[in-house]
Amino acid sequence: MKFGVLVNEGPFTHQSSDSAYQFTKAALEKGHEIFRVFFYYDGVNNANKLAEPPTDDRNLMENWSKLAEEHGVDLVVCVAAALRRGLNDDILAAGFRISGLGQLIEAGIQADRLVIFGD
Amino acid sequence: MSDLPEIPPDDDEDFGTVKKFCYVNRKAPYGTVYALESLEMVLIAAAFDQDVSVVFMDDGVYQIKKDQETDGIGMKNFSKTYRALEGYDVEKLYVSKESMEERNLTTDDFLVDVEVLDRDALSALMAEQEVVITS
Repeated sequence: MKFGVLVNEGPFTHQSSDSAYQFTKAALEKGHEIFRVFFYYDGVNNANKLAEPPTDDRNLMENWSKLAEEHGVDLVVCVAAALRRGLNDDILAAGFRISGLGQLIEAGIQADRLVIFGD
Repeated sequence: MSDLPEIPPDDDEDFGTVKKFCYVNRKAPYGTVYALESLEMVLIAAAFDQDVSVVFMDDGVYQIKKDQETDGIGMKNFSKTYRALEGYDVEKLYVSKESMEERNLTTDDFLVDVEVLDRDALSALMAEQEVVITS
């Protein structure tokens, strides 16, 4: 199946980002296609390479980057939501790109299922 | 309409396919950013000519309440944008009957025309959608 994923919460306060990451990874391992992961609301903070969680904690930003590197997953951050929260290309983690909300609509159209992770 | 969120298209993309997008708004208009950024998603879907429905339920019914006054909390009053939805061909607006009644509201309290649906009808509406985005 072809999935789109929408991540609506930030990487630490909420479980949503971890669940989205685990879902995406599991789907890929099962041979499904991930058309795109789109980051909206505080979800854009998943793409901040300046984040430095304690070393005994998971590093979600790095995990996403690794997923992009290993599986070529398209990780797209909403430009309006990102700029509002101080995220721009200068601090964008590897494997992410910034683009418009139209990319979310396209994911909704192209994917068989758009799976949403938020509160 | 200077208070409309900036709309779109990065370029003249046309995805060529129309799907049923349903936005389910469940949170109050202020206090969190969900209502405002959800509205931006609604407008983009409309800009890309998708078949858009918008549902207001739980505290989300307050998003379309008349006479919002936000000066005291220093927030932009974006409620007028809901009135502009019609201009973007977003005309399918639904309100949860239970949520409306629990809050002592009637359709006269809303600044846009809505169709009131009970839980079963809303459930049926959502079942026929292809993309459901809840905020």
